[in-house]
Amino acid sequence: MPAQSNRIDPRGARFSAAITAALLAASLALGPGSTAALVLLSVQALAFTIGALVGPGFQPWALAFAKLVRPRLSGPPQWEDARPPRFAQAVGLGFAILGLAGLVSGLTPLFYIATGFALLAALLNAAFNFCLGCELYLLGVRLGRRPVNPEQGS
Amino acid sequence: MTGLWVVLGVIVVALVFGGYRRLTDGRARAVVAAADLDAATLGAGLGSEVTFVQFSSPVCAPCRSTAATITDLTRIHPGAAHIELDVGDHIDLVSRFGIIRTPTVLVLDASGTVRTRLVGPTRRNEVLAAFEHTRPAA
Repeated sequence: MPAQSNRIDPRGARFSAAITAALLAASLALGPGSTAALVLLSVQALAFTIGALVGPGFQPWALAFAKLVRPRLSGPPQWEDARPPRFAQAVGLGFAILGLAGLVSGLTPLFYIATGFALLAALLNAAFNFCLGCELYLLGVRLGRRPVNPEQGS
Repeated sequence: MTGLWVVLGVIVVALVFGGYRRLTDGRARAVVAAADLDAATLGAGLGSEVTFVQFSSPVCAPCRSTAATITDLTRIHPGAAHIELDVGDHIDLVSRFGIIRTPTVLVLDASGTVRTRLVGPTRRNEVLAAFEHTRPAA
């Protein structure tokens, strides 16, 4: 089944999270001053961009899952709403951009902290099927970031 | 070297946090300071025995499975009702009940008093136990 923009295979999302975690961990371990760290973090930032803008199903790691892994799995894939993982990809992109900014500007604590948070989210997603949107979306609502529906009157 | 320590630290935090969540998610907790909710506030009628008020958001995958679990229960037990609310449309209730993540389910008795609260992806047996515990004794 080709990638769709509004539905995703949840197993593919967790597979992508595992690859994301490996790339982010490698980038952290190599550290500032290493060109390889910059390349790895840039590649992951690009993957996050595709996941957030086009859809998590079109993310390179998800495409690799669809092509290489899914045909080897038994059972029909259950398709899920793409909005939750898409939200998580956008959050990941935010952290990756901050991490890159830290690398390029030489502000190493920013690199370690931002990339560390991105790694934490990816690890929790891969190992525990953690739902980032379930926590952060409500935080955004409570802080009043979400435009209030005028019909609700509050 | 600092980077390796960051990676190790993040792995430890992920294991502790993820493990804690796995143990506690979806477990029913009794609500002590009981508050009341009515049909007018919720925008839907209460169940004759038990009402499950679920707070959901569009970017929440486990909200779907939680809704399916509760809907299954309401099909078997006509006295149970399921009301699903979008947190973005009910900010007043979200702050009144201190809801910090979705899905959160409040279990109401026949008079609309909040008895039990389930946070995180719900487990079928916990939902069933909350229902049996909250419905009026036969």
